[in-house]
Formats: sequence, structure tokens, C-alpha cells
Amino acid sequence: MSADPNLPRALDTNPHVSDEIRQTTCYMCACRCGINVHLRKGADGQPKVRYIEGNRNHPINKGVLCAKGSAGIMQHYSPARLKKPLLRTGERGEGKFKEIEWDEAMSLATNWLSDIRNTDPKKLAFFTGRDQSQSLTGWWAQQFGTPNFAAHGGFCSVNMAAGGIYTFGGAFWEFGSPDWDKTELFMIFGVAEDHDSNPIKMGLSKLKQRGAKIIAVNPIRTAYNAIADEWVGITPGTDGLFILALIHELLKAGKVDLDYLIRYTNAPWLVIDDENSKDHGLFARNKKGEPLVLDRKTGKVVSSKKKGVKPNLKGEATLPSKQKAVPVFELLARKYLNEEYSPESVSEKTGITDSQIKRIAAEIAHAAFEKEIVIDQPWVDMKGEKHDKMIGRPVSFHAMRGISAHSNGFQTCRALHLLQILLGSIDCPGGYRFKPPYPRPVEGQPKPHGGCKPGEPLPGPHLGFLRGPEDLLLEDDNLTPQRIDKAFSWDAPMSSHGLMHMVISNAHARDPYGIDVLFMYMANMSWNSSMNSKGVMKMLSDKDENGEYIIPKIIYSDAYNSEMVAFADLILPDTTYLERHDCISILDRPISEPEALADSIRWPVVEPETQAPGRDVRGFQSVLLDLGYRLGLPGMVNDEGLAKYKDYADYMVNHERKPGIGPLAGWRGKKGEKKGRGEPNPDQLKRYIENGGFFTAEVPEEARYFKHANMAWQNWAVEMGLQDAPIENIFQLYLEPLRKFQLCAEGKAEPQPPDSHRERIKRCFDPLPTWYAPFEGAAIDTDEFPLHALTQRPAAMYHSWGSQNAWLRQIHGENPLYVPGGVCDEAGLKTGDWAWVISHHGKIKVPIARMEAVNGKTLWTWNAIGKRSGAWNLDPDAPEAKKGFLLNHLIKELLPAKEDGMRWSNSDPITGQAAWFDLRVRIEKAENQTGPSQPQFPRQNSPKRSVRTRLGDMLKFGEEWTK
Amino acid sequence: MTALPQSTGKKLGLVIDLDICVGCHACVVVCKEWNTSGYGAPLADSDPYGSEPSGAWLNRVHTFEVQPDVGPASIVHFPKSCLHCETAPCVTVCPTGASYKRSEDGIVLVDEDMCIGCGLCAWACPYGAREMDPAEKVMKKCTLCVDRIYNENIPEIDREPACVKTCPANARHFGDFADPDSDVSVMVKERGGIDLMPEQGTKPVNKYLMPRPKTNPLMEVDETFSLADMARENTTGATGLLGWIDRALDRLG
Amino acid sequence: MHPAISVIFFTVMSGAGFGFMAMLGLGASVPDGPMSAFLISGVAGVLAVAGLLASTFHLGHPERALKAFSQWRTSWLSREGVLAVSTLMLFAIYVLIWMATGDRIIVLGLFVALGAAATVFATAMIYAQLKTVPQWNMQQTPLCYLLFAAVSGVLLAASFAPDGTIFGMPGAMLAMMELLMAWAAKVMWWQQAKKATLAASGSTVETATGLGSIGKTRLLERPHTGENYLTKEMIHKIGRKHATKLRLIAMILGCIIPVLICLVVLLLAISNIWLLAAFGFLMAGLFAERWLFFAEAEHSVSLYY
Repeated sequence: MSADPNLPRALDTNPHVSDEIRQTTCYMCACRCGINVHLRKGADGQPKVRYIEGNRNHPINKGVLCAKGSAGIMQHYSPARLKKPLLRTGERGEGKFKEIEWDEAMSLATNWLSDIRNTDPKKLAFFTGRDQSQSLTGWWAQQFGTPNFAAHGGFCSVNMAAGGIYTFGGAFWEFGSPDWDKTELFMIFGVAEDHDSNPIKMGLSKLKQRGAKIIAVNPIRTAYNAIADEWVGITPGTDGLFILALIHELLKAGKVDLDYLIRYTNAPWLVIDDENSKDHGLFARNKKGEPLVLDRKTGKVVSSKKKGVKPNLKGEATLPSKQKAVPVFELLARKYLNEEYSPESVSEKTGITDSQIKRIAAEIAHAAFEKEIVIDQPWVDMKGEKHDKMIGRPVSFHAMRGISAHSNGFQTCRALHLLQILLGSIDCPGGYRFKPPYPRPVEGQPKPHGGCKPGEPLPGPHLGFLRGPEDLLLEDDNLTPQRIDKAFSWDAPMSSHGLMHMVISNAHARDPYGIDVLFMYMANMSWNSSMNSKGVMKMLSDKDENGEYIIPKIIYSDAYNSEMVAFADLILPDTTYLERHDCISILDRPISEPEALADSIRWPVVEPETQAPGRDVRGFQSVLLDLGYRLGLPGMVNDEGLAKYKDYADYMVNHERKPGIGPLAGWRGKKGEKKGRGEPNPDQLKRYIENGGFFTAEVPEEARYFKHANMAWQNWAVEMGLQDAPIENIFQLYLEPLRKFQLCAEGKAEPQPPDSHRERIKRCFDPLPTWYAPFEGAAIDTDEFPLHALTQRPAAMYHSWGSQNAWLRQIHGENPLYVPGGVCDEAGLKTGDWAWVISHHGKIKVPIARMEAVNGKTLWTWNAIGKRSGAWNLDPDAPEAKKGFLLNHLIKELLPAKEDGMRWSNSDPITGQAAWFDLRVRIEKAENQTGPSQPQFPRQNSPKRSVRTRLGDMLKFGEEWTK
Repeated sequence: MTALPQSTGKKLGLVIDLDICVGCHACVVVCKEWNTSGYGAPLADSDPYGSEPSGAWLNRVHTFEVQPDVGPASIVHFPKSCLHCETAPCVTVCPTGASYKRSEDGIVLVDEDMCIGCGLCAWACPYGAREMDPAEKVMKKCTLCVDRIYNENIPEIDREPACVKTCPANARHFGDFADPDSDVSVMVKERGGIDLMPEQGTKPVNKYLMPRPKTNPLMEVDETFSLADMARENTTGATGLLGWIDRALDRLG
Repeated sequence: MHPAISVIFFTVMSGAGFGFMAMLGLGASVPDGPMSAFLISGVAGVLAVAGLLASTFHLGHPERALKAFSQWRTSWLSREGVLAVSTLMLFAIYVLIWMATGDRIIVLGLFVALGAAATVFATAMIYAQLKTVPQWNMQQTPLCYLLFAAVSGVLLAASFAPDGTIFGMPGAMLAMMELLMAWAAKVMWWQQAKKATLAASGSTVETATGLGSIGKTRLLERPHTGENYLTKEMIHKIGRKHATKLRLIAMILGCIIPVLICLVVLLLAISNIWLLAAFGFLMAGLFAERWLFFAEAEHSVSLYY
């Protein structure tokens, strides 16, 4: 019976893979990689997704794909998919619904909304979550006329975006990235895993191959921080201090790029020094409004625009008004050379030794100035000066929520950008590189728009970048916010992305006013996307004295049975990402790389009705356009009174924001012969699909660096329709709008803030990047709450979406709280123990695990693993519900009350960004050493499943194609 | 067939670079995704939406914490799949001949039609590279994507294991270790690639590249990197705040 | 290792069956008559077959079990199967001739005994061959299996011996000596096993990951948060207290009580059929012993978890 070992086996090494490959864009996170979706006939004869892989030709991922992307099949076939519109039958929060038809759902929504539009449009609060269609949703809300629109940027990373745009017209991720091919030293702050998921990994790999140094600044040494050559285990909330100490060292040694500062920044601009005047601290300007500088040769005050002027960077000038004035650079040098920013002074607060700070400063200077890169590429700057070479300072940075989600985040982000600019490393070879359409400085950005009138559209886009207090969105009393989230009010004047995390809380408090309809898309507000989740659940279900819900109507669209579904009255079921049209648009957040403008689409690679019996779902964007038509919103109805756009695909092709400019830049013009600008092309989507779902246009060679000042770039950007004319982009080291707010707070300028806000504005709105202690830590007794608690984004999970995914939830089905060894020893804790974590706001019971590679005062866990029992159609005893937990329950949307009873939003005072990472806690071993985690909530009911998967079934994906 | 081939023509396998693996699990999931509809029975998951989800996977990423004598602890992400050992103990213990090592390329495979699901091969493997499928009850293991690497139905450039193709950090490399000039052989030679548990005598084909040394944060300022030295050209003789700036500006002209 | 009931049942029962078979093959006396030959041989056969059948419950595909006979040249599991079946067949012939003629063919009997011993040895080698489990990977492992099989056989043989003697010695005496010998071997095995840790075999987390050159290594996160086949099958943790208690139970049930029964049988000269009770206790003790054999064994995979 023994067989011959050398006998060849019957083995098919050429198996059939798929019947067809369709190329679209991934949506398992916000990274937007290109994917090849392999389809094969399923057991029911319908096309079924067999395999998803990265698209090798795609500019973002070049063939690679992350864990989430490869698990897309399980998301697409998730039993938590909603299958029909739902109308609430039980109480809010229970999750009891009846299925209704689309017609009924749409008329209901239309009725609710048309009343509001005709009487008081601001009674609608329309906020969207992680969707990537803000140019549509924002436009829709604008046409509706409500001032209450924003997406989730306010609780995500507005500090990073606004800090960057205000400073240099860019930021990280979609705005720009390190020059991975040339940088010699790369520092990454506050990132475990990022939206820019695959590109960062690919970039880090390039750095490793070239032997470039990677320094990671993060209290927790996981993921990217784990592979970095050097780890800086900083104390949370002190990044600004660390960066300013680096600046202190560089200034002391004279290791800054003066030529760069003079050419591209406001370093030489004169700042009025006249203590008592109402322009103290503003730029000295001539009559034309041009900033003035001090000419080194003549010692005279001249316009910064004067040709050939060689401005000084220090010294005192006397202005024609007889006022004194000092260059920005001198002010900043005075500030940062102060001992308070010396490495020795910041060492204790930051938890970084002074010698490490000094060495890193030296390494930065060495890389920037001793490893200078020269590219023989002539270019012409916007003043007309010709340069034969492009000179690079190969130091680059990346940062995200770790530094921005603090109440000092805006200033910290500004500090980081200041550091890059002082080194001369913005958009130079080896430094940071803009991605088209960026740079886009404040001059090229809209202002925020408010002012709503019944039955009329809003005069302009909701979100933007205000130039000073005059652009605040306040009622006539100059105090009351116009917006429900209090964006662009004294609470958060420069809140360019809105404050989504305050919407429900404010609407519940009817402060500044009550609303009638809360309309949300893809935002899990009753769970992981809110601070104080338990409180938000209560706010959503609270009733007034008449027994009516305080937030009367909630419409929600989601593809899945998330925690938020249970709290809505009307559910509009969305498709999965493989069944929908989408555009990743240059009007919004495109997928460009530094050397190419790029945008992309999603299209239904499978039709919803073929993907499960009885599935009757519609893409939200198409539903929104239909709703717009039913409401008669301008731009959504054609001349005959019919729907202008059949669906979102129609809009993507035919909508024009301005003549010739639409959502997609590729294959415009009647025959698809134009790029960027051009009339709509009926075959546009076909051309995208033929090209793999994306479009790219290469930036000309001479326009690839110094885009902020590069004439070739400006011309190309105009040609491509990214902007209508060249835009001057002087980097704002000194940010004048902040100073204007200070002047108001000092009582020297109008309008006047409430007295309660004066001190805070004076202190925090420093026009030069500064550092102040995070508010929560400053407002509580740090002896009582000595520790910090953070979350990190796991690479294999995306927010709450992942837990319904049969594959990903095996990787992260529960989350321990990682506790530093020293804290474990003190609290008598060991891995596997249960502990209480207590903040000023609440307490949670969690399983813990010991860890050493972490800042000694920082506890942390993975983000958004914990689930409400019964949500996402999981077993009520799922580990996510019983052993998983959220830190959100510890975080209050308001800071502890001050003596006067005033409770500030737990946000950055400048931008309103949610200060998630300011959280302070203590930890105690639990008396009862068994689970489940606490708090627990009543089980959420699940609407009918979309597929007949029973809990406890065996999942054998691919069975029909194997055996 | 449970006898191992005397020698194999090629020695196909992987190099895993621990210096760059960020622990993202991309290779883990793509492996599941490719193979559940590929070689042999699907990779089943029991209780997929329940309280104890548990499935068969051919590749998993572990996370270790390493405490050096000097400096802070560090984290190493550690992907692990079948190492396609030259003296694979899993093959010789197999009572049915289901487990075998291909003489042409050294890939260790399980002929699932012959597998009785006794589990002895999994016991014999020191690395935990074999998992019993919870539904089909046959032994599953990494096939090195034998249904991809020779598959004429997919483009030539993609004929590599799914995990290698997908790895965003380029921490996985596929090649022939029998060829001393192959990329993988050169990489192993240059970086000193190592065997896991060499004491088990399994002679793994897959090699691991260790993390490169980290900067010790307490390290003194390097002479070449001393900011004070770099500053000297700027600041010598200069006095006062920004004393260096006039000369620096003069240099700019 | 996961102590699977089917495997415990298999090794204990088939050990006893083949042990008894060996005794019968060596000529242990039984009451006269074909019926008694049939019934008593049947006990040996049933025990062995029951054990083998139990082992198939451990299989994912018992319907393919026949394939397991093919790889005897390299696989101990295959050898075990081949030897078990051959020995059973040989034993069947031996018994048939015995029943038919009333005579036992000595040479055939010796082959049966040899086959039975080889089978038990092969069973033990399934475990003892595994370098991945250092506690098993010892020469003493097959010795213990053989001695336990032998003592099980002796007790059964002594129970059924018409005059209470086996090979001319008082059965109870022989059984008692064998019991003491087997358990002494087992105690030595336990001593050895305590030292035969993964670390002693040279495998540590550091060698398993190669990270020893950097520093002291420990697992921070499992690859997946839940259990998997490997953790369920290969990682079984039992408390030291629990293990000590079980060892005591194994010794009391499997050694002390049977020895006492043997003594009682010897001293009071009561019917040796009472030795069946000793056999019962021995089986119970061996179940505990075998449970520990698996549960206490550390597999090198545990270094990754």
C-alpha cells in the first residue's frame, strides 16, 4: 500500500481565477486605494466577489492592499447590511423597526424637510461622517439653506488641516506628503496607523531601503513607531513644547534657511509694536495694503513687494506713522530663544531628556544643511526670478491626530509647520511635497457662510477659512452663534470643519436653539464617534415635558446596522462600496500624488439586488439628489420641473460647479479630449472605468517643487482648473488673524467677545505658535488623575466598521487596556486582570495587559473595537461587547465646570477640534475580577438580516468554487 | 510520499524582513482571501458572528515586546506561516502520504483528499504552521500560493504569493533559495537572515531578517552631529540675540 | 497539549488489550475449553479494538482511515496501525487454532506477543518521536507505555488464570511487582519530564523568534484575539496544584489500590478474580495518568502564544 514518494500529484497549478475583473476604488478606510475586484459566478448563478487585490497601476497603492482592503469581501457580504428602508416602531435606542418601501421613505423625508425649508432652514442639522462626497453633501445643504452642515473633520483632525492651510496652504495626507524618494530624515508624530495607510507604509519601506533615518514621536511604540530607528516616547499633549525646543536649538545655532524665509515667508514682515494702539501686533502695511519690510541696505521701510528688496530679519523700524515695528523673525527668535523653550526646561514636561532633544535637533540640522540636495531643474518663481536649480533640505515630517486631537493642537500643528518652514523643507526636494490641488493658501479658500433665509439657498459654502473676527458667524448681538455646532463663534472661531461632536449635545440643550430634524450619514454618533457616548445615547432618546423627543426627528443613512441606526426614526439603507457610484473629486479630497493630479471613481461592480435576496438599497448620494429634487432645491430640478440628475453617476458627469469644472477632472470635453477644464463628456465614466477607475495628469517637471512660488505650477494649476488665477502664497509664520482675535479680547477692536472668553483668547490665540497645557489636565487635580489614556488606530480595523467583518473581528475581537509596567506594579495589576479606569467624567471596567514599550504615564487601547451588545448583527455575547470597550465613555464633551459655572467645550479653543487625547485618568484594580467590561447597555435589536446567515453557522466562503 | 525528497530542484520560500514589518496584517488577510476560494477546501470560520469566532488561517502576525539590556523596550511584529522546511517533520509523520514536499520546488503541501485529519503533522511542526479546517476537518497550510506562482491565468508579474504581492511595506520577498544569486539569497547573505528554532533541526527554507539596531535615546550627541559644532561657523564671536544673523544675511548677498 | 478523551481512551485501552494479548501469546493459562479461550481472548481483542476505534474519533475523516496504513516506512502512526491490525489478525488466527484444536501454537503465540509489544511501542513512538514536545521526546516514554501495557495484561491474565499463577508465579505477586515497576518508571518519567522543558531542549521565545540577539522577548499580542486551532490543540495550561493532585489520584487509583488488592488476594488467598477490581482501578489511574501525559506536555508552539 505504500506509494512512491516521487509520484507526481494531480495538482492544478493553473486554476481558473475569475470570470471578470472590475477595477474600482476601495472604501474599507479613507485611503482610497485602487482595487481589482475579481468576479465569479456564485452558486445562485449571480456574479459574486471572489477576490479583491490591489491595482498595480493605481497612483495610491501601486498594487498593494492592506488587511482591511483584502477583507472587503466580508464587508460586502456582511450580515449586518441593511436591506430595506426602515421606520422606527419601538423607542429610540431599542432598534425596533418596520420595513417600508422607498416611496414611503422618500415622501416622509420630503415632508419633514420641506416644512423646515419653507419656515426655518436652520432647523435641519445635516452632518455627514466618513463619506467622501462632501462637495455634493455640502452643496446640497447650501441649496437647502441650512447653515448647519459639516462633515466629521471637526472631531477628526481639523487642527492639522486648518493649522496647515493657515500657515502654508497645505497639510499632510491629501494635502501633501514627504518626499519618500529623497528625504534623509523623517519624523512622524502621533501616528500609529493613518488614513494614508498604504502610502505611508510604502514610503517607510523606501526610507528603510535607502537607510534614511526614521524618528517616531508617540507615547506608544506600536506600528510605525515600532519600526522607527528612534522612538521618542513623549508625554501626551506636549509635542508642541518638544517641537519648540527643537526650534530653540536650531535658532540658537543659526541652523535655519534664511534665504528661504526671506523668499517665501512673512519672516521679514514688520509687526507694529505699539502697546496701546488697536493695531499693536498687526502687520505694518502701506496704503495698498502691502506688508512692509525693513530694507537692509537703506534701513528704510519699504513694501515687501518691491522688486529686489533685501529685507532685514531683525532690528527696529520706525513706520511713517511713527509707530515702531519689528520683523516677524525677530519676534519669533525672541520668543523661542527664551529659556522656557530650552531642552532643559521642557525635559520634565515632555518626558524627553534634554540630550535626546539636542541630538535630534543636531540630526535635523545635519540632514537639512549638510545633506543638501541639488536638482538641475531650472524654474521660475512668481516674481519672475529664474533659478537654475532646485535646492532641497531633505528633512520631512508627518503628523496626524496624536498631535492635533488636543486642546493645544492647532498651535502644536502650527509649531510643526513652523519647524518645517524654518528648515526650508516645504515643497523642496527631500522635504514635504504638496499634492495637487494644493498648495491652496487661505487667499485661495472660501470664507465660511451663514445667514439663512426661508426657502433660499445659503449665499456660499458653509465651511471655509475666516480672515478675522469680522467673518464670524454670529447673530446680530455678535455673541450668539448662528450654527448649531457653534462653529465660527467665539467658542471656536476658526473651526473650518465645524464641530460635529457638539451637534447632538447642543441640539439637546437647545443651545443656541433647538432643531427639528437631525439628518446624518455614515456617522456612528451614538457610539464610537462621540465623546460621552452614554450621554449622547440619552440625549438622542430624551423627551420633553410633552413626551416628545427633544430632537424630534432623526433621519440616518448607513449601509449597516450600526449603533446609530437604533436611534434613528427613518433609515435610508445605503449600498456597500462595491455597489455604488462615488467620485473622489478634485472639488473635495482627491487622490493626487506630488507629481500627478489624480481623481477616481467608484462604480457598481455588482448590483445590490444580485447580492442577496430581497436587497433593496440605494446609494446615499443618489437618494440625496432625489430628495433635493423632491424638495425643489435649486440646481437639482431642471427647467421642466423634473429631476436634473437621474442619480449620482449623472451628477458626477454633468454637474458643473463653474463652467467647465465638474466633480471629475479626467476625460472632459465632448470627446473626452480635455483635462481639468472642459464641458461634460457623456462617456466620462466609461473612460474612467477603462482606465482602471482613476485619472492622472502629470505635473510638468519644472512645476514639481516650490509649488507655492513656482510660476509653472501656477500656470498649470490654472490650466487644470484647480484655481482661476495665480495665488500668492506667503507662508504665515506669524498668523495675523489670531492677533486680531487677541485685539478683540484685549478690548481694542470690534466685535467684543463675551467676558468669559477674554482670557482664553488672549492666552491661546498667540500669532506665533505656542504651547499651553491641555485644558483637561489643567482643569482637574492631576494627582487624582495622574495618567493619560489614548487610543491608537489598529491597521487591521477601521473605526466601528470592522467588527461586523468575519475576518477582521478575529484579529481584533476584543481590546485590552495596555498599562505601563510601572503602573501595573504600583496598582498590583497583571495581564488578564480587570481594572477600573476613572476620569473626571466617568468610569469603565476593562481587561488590562502589561506593556513596557510605552510612555510610563500613558494607558492606551485600540480604537473603536468595543460594541454595543446586539449591534452590527453580532451575537449579544460577542467579545466586542463583553470584553471590548470604548474610552469614549470617559471623555466628556464639556470640560469640568469652572468657578463661575462656565463649561467649555472639550475642544481646541481656536478650531473646536475635539480634544480626545487630553483625557486624564487613574486606574484601580477591580474588586470583582470577572467581566464583562463596563458600562453595558441594553441589547440592541437587529433589523432583518440581509443574508440567511445564522449565528453559529460555519462560514465557508468560496465553497462553490472549491469543492 | 511521506518520505522527503533527497533534494529539491528549487527551494522556493520567503524572506520576512522584521525591520520593516509594521504589523498591519495585510498578508494575513490576503492569504485568507486568496486561499479560501483557492487550493483545497475553503478556509472556514466557525461562529463567524458569534461569541467565539475562530477560523483557519495560514499566516498570522504575532506581536512581541523585546527588552534590550540598554534602552527602552521595543515592539517587533512577527508574521509566521509555513517555513517549507527541508527536513519537514510534518511530512514524515503523516500516516497517509497526504503531506508531502514537492521535489521540483520544495513546497510542502497537503493532498486534502488523502488527509484523514489526524492532526499529527500539526503536532510535529514546531512553528504552528498547520491548522485543521473547522468545517472540512483536513489540515490546511501555506501552499506558497502554488496556484498563483505557476498560474498562466494571471499576469506574469502577479505570479508570486498573494502575501508578497500585497505587503505594503515590502517586508516579504519570494524566491528560490537554491539559486545563490537570487534576490532572496543575496538578501539573506547581506542581512544575515536567520532560521527560526534552528535547534529543532527542521532546516526551514523561509528566512527572517532581524530588526536593525535602534538609536539608544540616551546616546550622547555624536561628534558629527553636534549642533554646537555646526553652530560655530555661525555663532563664533557673535553676541546678543541672533548675533549670527548679520553675517548669515551678508552671505546671502 | 489538549487532552482529547478519544486519544486517552485509545492509548489506555489498546495498551491493555495488547498487553493482555501478549500475555496470552506468551502462554498465560486460562480455564480450559474453546468457550473460555474465545471469551478471554475476546476481552483482549475487544479492548484493543475499542482503543483503536476510539482513536478514529480523533480523526477528521475516519472514512479514510485505511489510507493510514500506507506510510509505515516513515510514519509511526502508520506503523502503529499496520502493527495493530497485523497483530490482531495474527492473534485471531492464534485463537481460532486454539479454539479449534485446544492447542496453542507457541511460535505463533510468541509472534503475537512480539507484535503486541511492537504495537504498544509504536503507539508510544507516535508521541515520543515529537521533538516539538520535549516531555514526550524521551526514551522513557515507550518504556512507560510498554510497562503499563504489560501490567494491564498481567492483571487481566492473573484474574483469569485458573490457578492464579502466570508462568508459574502467583499472578497477584507478579502483578504487584509489575505495578511497582511500571509506576516506578512513571515516577522517574515524571522526574525526567520536569527537567525536559522547552528551554532545556534549547527552544525559547528568543530562538523561536530569533529576537534573542536584541533582548529578552515576550509576547505582547496574540495574532488574533480569540482562540484558534493551535491554541486549543497545543496550548493547555493546568495549574501546578491541580497537576499534583491528579498525580496523586493517578498513583492511588493506578498503583496503591491495585497493589493493596493484590496483597489482599495474596495474603487472604481469595479468588484471583478479585484482581479484576485491581485492573479496573488501574485503568482509572491510567486515565488520570494519560490525561496528565497530554495536559502537562508543552509544545514549542506555545512559545509563539
